[in-house]
Amino acid sequence: MTDIVELKKVNKVFGTNHVVSDLDLSVKEGEFLTLLGSSGCGKTTTLRMVAGFEEPTSGSIMVEGEAVGNKEPFERNVNTVFQSYALFPHMTIYDNIAYSLKMKKVKKSDIAQRVGEMLEMVQLQGYENRYPTQLSGGQKQRVAIARALINRPRVLLLDEPLGALDMKLRKQMQLELKRLQKKLNITFIYVTHDQEEAMTMSDRIGIMHDGILDQLGTPSEIYEHPATRFVATFIGETNIFDGAIHRINNNMASIDIENGLITGQSDGSFEEGDYIAVSVRPEKMKLSKVQVEGFSLEGVVKDFIYIGSVMKCIVALQNGNEIRMERLAGETLPGIGEKVYPYWDAQSAVLVHTKADTVFKTIENAPLAV
Amino acid sequence: MKKSEHEWKSNGLPALVTVGPVAVILVFLVVLPLMYVAVMSFCSIDSYYNVVYKFTLKNYAQLADPDYIHIYLQSILIALLTTVICVLVAYPFAYLIARTKSRNKNLLYMLVIIPFWTNSLIRIYGWRTFLGTNGWLNNALIKLHIISEPLDMLFNRGTTVLGMVYCLIPFMVLPLYSSFEKLDVNLLEASADLGATKLKTLKEIIIPLTADGIFSGGIMIFIPCLGYFFVSDILGGGNADVIGNLIERQFQSGNNWPLGSALSIILIIITLLLVKAYQKIGGSMESLAL
Ligand SMILES: Nc1ncnc2c1ncn2[C@@H]1O[C@H](COP(=O)(O)OP(=O)(O)OP(=O)(O)O)[C@@H](O)[C@H]1O
Ligand SMILES: [Mg+2]
Repeated sequence: MTDIVELKKVNKVFGTNHVVSDLDLSVKEGEFLTLLGSSGCGKTTTLRMVAGFEEPTSGSIMVEGEAVGNKEPFERNVNTVFQSYALFPHMTIYDNIAYSLKMKKVKKSDIAQRVGEMLEMVQLQGYENRYPTQLSGGQKQRVAIARALINRPRVLLLDEPLGALDMKLRKQMQLELKRLQKKLNITFIYVTHDQEEAMTMSDRIGIMHDGILDQLGTPSEIYEHPATRFVATFIGETNIFDGAIHRINNNMASIDIENGLITGQSDGSFEEGDYIAVSVRPEKMKLSKVQVEGFSLEGVVKDFIYIGSVMKCIVALQNGNEIRMERLAGETLPGIGEKVYPYWDAQSAVLVHTKADTVFKTIENAPLAV
Repeated sequence: MKKSEHEWKSNGLPALVTVGPVAVILVFLVVLPLMYVAVMSFCSIDSYYNVVYKFTLKNYAQLADPDYIHIYLQSILIALLTTVICVLVAYPFAYLIARTKSRNKNLLYMLVIIPFWTNSLIRIYGWRTFLGTNGWLNNALIKLHIISEPLDMLFNRGTTVLGMVYCLIPFMVLPLYSSFEKLDVNLLEASADLGATKLKTLKEIIIPLTADGIFSGGIMIFIPCLGYFFVSDILGGGNADVIGNLIERQFQSGNNWPLGSALSIILIIITLLLVKAYQKIGGSMESLAL
């Protein structure tokens, strides 16, 4: 598989606001790549630079192996689905979908045939003569997708395309989009800040944070092996411990945290004295009635919450922070108020590098678990 | 507008108290004068210029006089030219104001509004001083040795149209500005994204979506043009009369109020027909209220 879109050291500065920093991103042909990140982290700006609505301050963007820096949006073989749909309000659904073919001066009969195919694909036959205001949100979304796809672009950019839909329609459209993408074999670059959406739809996810691409990987890589503290906290629920490595022995790292000692497995990129964050997923957490070797955390069971087949357990630590864990319902568990010793298998903990000030800041504000 | 309607209803005053004063004002300032003009248009004058209150269609028959028809056509030509020039000038300007961010926006906006606040008669006289044979422009051109004899720029249709454009252009800028403000930038980006050049986007998206501004501006310019006699008086010098000049002359020097009234009625009918046509193509009356 070749790279169909490639961003190299792309920067974007608005005034004094550095919105995208040294972004390197390669998108493989035919993949579903999602940019995920919190609001204002530069996802839309990145997409707009690929589409050509915004010019990078520095760096280069290649589409199909060709630098597109000097190309106007209408010269690029990429199309965009806008969050606000951006359907032309004065045109019928037919004319909206046919727009790009008309611009290319395609024969009328060919246009009619291809618009028909598109309407069938998005299941909107019979709506040709309506105007956008006469459609529901989900229907507008489909028109926007049909309009962007009719020109058979190699790359489709989608900026939170489902953001305005309700939960049920959203789930349905997620499946439809995924099906379309597979069927047409078009590369999707998809922006969302809904992590569940990203996890279920994407081949790869890029996590952005303050204009920096923190990590690019498959959903499971990102979930199991977060590369930064931000990624660990952003994807799924987790418990974070900030601290420093006390000793490494046979890749087993014992880590000093605010008022205790924990253990995790090092992948060899850590040294004694390194400041790190340790992330442990709730389902990896275990409880013991007696202290376990390598762990000195001590807490009190505060609450249980049943959610179907799993049970969430909240343990309050001595410093007041809480640990969340998930146990299968039916397991015998200590009662509320009992003293427990949380621990985990060393390989269940994920270690990520942090800066010293992260540790001190978190110790000052909200030490131990997040 | 909507809000005040709501407040009116909610304070529960009887209809007579709320609508009453407005109705009285309307009757005295609009209905009665109009009826007076309508009645007058069917009267005649005797040889001493006294009005004779006896029904006649003479005035209306006189409206078909070839000299008058020439002036109707000339009015329409002047009004059309003025409207077209206003669109061409105001369109890019309104776009600029709408797209400008920051403080410059207010500055540009004020440039349109401020002349509005000064008397248009004075401003039109200003043009006469500027363009006259001994005016600033001629003097400047002679000083610069571009011309040796002063140019005869005043008193023709061209200068009349210039004056009309100058007086009326805010009526085109303001509705266009509000149309451009409503135009979603995403639509322009979507158009470019789908392969449209800038020119195509202008034709397919921008113009259709600002057409309401063009129409409401157009009607607010075309109609006054037919009646703005002072502009053609001062800058046209009798060579560019509009219907307004005919009416003014009958009421003043001609002292023939019945004929003037008949002309006024015709002007009112033309106005109503134009507004009707405007509504027919989907124009809203609210956007005519600046
Ligand atoms: N045209 C612009 N001029 C100035 N600043 C801008 C412009 N566009 C975006 N920004 C700023 O750039 C930053 C990133 O914006 P961007 O729209 O890319 O965020 P995002 O990741 O898409 O966020 P969201 O999830 O809220 O859509 C924001 O701080 C925003 O204020
Ligand atoms: Mg965005």
